[in-house]
Amino acid sequence: MPLAKPTVEHIRDLAQRYPSKQSAIIPALWAVQHEQGYVTKEAMAEIAEHLGLPSSLIEATASFYSMFLTKPEGRHDVVICVNAPCMLRGADEMAAYLQRALGVGDGQTTPDGAITWHSTIECLGACGGAPMMQVDHHFEENLTEERIDTIIERLRHPVTATAPQAAPAAAPKRRTAAPKRARSES
Amino acid sequence: MPVKPLLTKDFATEDLTQLKVYERTGGYSGFKKALEMQPDELVEMVKKSGLRGRGGAGFPTGNKWSFLPKGVYPRYLVCNADESEPGCFKDRYLIEKSPHQVLEGILIASYAIGCNLAFIYIRGEYLPQHDALEAAIVEARQAGYIGKNVLGKGYDIDVILHRGAGAYICGEETALLTSLEGYRGEPRLKPPFPAIKGLYGKPTVVNNVETVCNLPHIVLNGADWFGTIGTPTGKGTRVWCMSGHVNRPGNYELENGTPIRELIEEHGGGVWKNRKLKAFQPGGASMMVLLPQHLDVALDFDAIQKAGSLAGAGAMVVMDETTCMVDAARRYVKFFHHESCGKCTPCREGTFWMANIFDSMEAGEAKAADVDLLLDIGYSIDGRSFCPLGDASTWFPRSVIKFFRDEFQQHISEKGCPFKKSVEEAVA
Repeated sequence: MPLAKPTVEHIRDLAQRYPSKQSAIIPALWAVQHEQGYVTKEAMAEIAEHLGLPSSLIEATASFYSMFLTKPEGRHDVVICVNAPCMLRGADEMAAYLQRALGVGDGQTTPDGAITWHSTIECLGACGGAPMMQVDHHFEENLTEERIDTIIERLRHPVTATAPQAAPAAAPKRRTAAPKRARSES
Repeated sequence: MPVKPLLTKDFATEDLTQLKVYERTGGYSGFKKALEMQPDELVEMVKKSGLRGRGGAGFPTGNKWSFLPKGVYPRYLVCNADESEPGCFKDRYLIEKSPHQVLEGILIASYAIGCNLAFIYIRGEYLPQHDALEAAIVEARQAGYIGKNVLGKGYDIDVILHRGAGAYICGEETALLTSLEGYRGEPRLKPPFPAIKGLYGKPTVVNNVETVCNLPHIVLNGADWFGTIGTPTGKGTRVWCMSGHVNRPGNYELENGTPIRELIEEHGGGVWKNRKLKAFQPGGASMMVLLPQHLDVALDFDAIQKAGSLAGAGAMVVMDETTCMVDAARRYVKFFHHESCGKCTPCREGTFWMANIFDSMEAGEAKAADVDLLLDIGYSIDGRSFCPLGDASTWFPRSVIKFFRDEFQQHISEKGCPFKKSVEEAVA
């Protein structure tokens, strides 16, 4: 799937923005993931073309960073931290509960395509609110089983049913802008 | 006499993230004052203040600035907002609450070192914080703090906000620069240090978020005033991130020299569930474990080092008597294995083998010789890795073996985790 015109323009702008066009690689990968939800080899080749760089360089960079996805995932991304500071406050129990509640294993997507979840050993920087999970770049802290239930329910059945059925090119598959709603109650 | 917080003093103010509100609390008057001074004067001021970097290494900030070679331009300032040390969440807090304070610090540092293009490298996971900084940059540009001929003083400055994409190693300054240049975030050989050959091969200063947040206060109140706060070798305050088994985890800004006991017992409300303190870690995942006997050690770079650990990035992880120290070490080792960039063999292979052994410990499959094998692998990594990330992967597990060797023996003789068993028995 070729990149949308605004994405291409954005990538070309990025190349002008930095003292070196190589620096635009990571922001360009973000722009692609924002538009398409993940980054394919074809998209990387397109980035390479717009930046005037070899596509091997784009692939080398993309494969290093854990946040760039190479295959499609669920509409929502749930990541639960199990590093030591979270473990101390019951992250293992919360991860086990999340797995039971979603009914699919670590790294998998629910059959309705709503949620992909995985546990991570990479600290997300919310140890003061442990146990925690990241829901589409939004931190949900001080988790309990009840809160996990509420969050899952919200992700499966969004309150605002105004989202257009056929997503226009401008609607991001994987949001890279922060939610405008207030931080959820804890 | 308790010292009032410096960086967090206005954090209760509503809408502090907005420029107008930040200005009402005295915001940007430090930058305005700095623009009236000569850049060299500012460097001397920060040197004299004794400010040390808050990112982990504690290197004197003014000295770092003065290493830049004379007459070589362009030169860059990079603000390191790639906070990813497990246990650490202070930079996120500082950005969320007052993005303009971070920005003002960056502008002061940029002016002092003669930089016209500054970068903020923020970890990819901190998206709301990225957006807060982006909004602050837009406001500051509109207000004339960023742009050409800032406030009519003939100084040009632009700030680029750059998002990382998930790599702990990019918190290491040379890896951060490599990543900012668009490549895989692998560290570079030092020397040459970034001050000589940094971003795009040009002289570069990398300063942590909390470090730059101190600058407006130093400029406004003077180096001598800053020198009255803290300890002789650790001036000012630090924002301590407290997590784990305490009643009130969170960020606490305290004067350097405050006893650890005060942080844990008074501010954190003590160990939760009326349990006893078993151990704590004063600097995040990398740092060696300390014991209840160390509670009266001061929160200070040098005092903590003397006690056998390191203050690092200011993360206090508290562990109560029910904690399995082997499992705690296992998580950190697995973290370092996951985050090893793969450039050098000691770290890439060493963390892999340490993680394997720790997994077998927890699974009850370890052999008696495995404890010494862990120490042997640790010895082969520490001091032999390309960058400090590799070295630091061994510090916590080795310190845990030193103080809690009996727990490892128990895992081996009882063929499994004695702590998990007791939890399961309690549940049953």
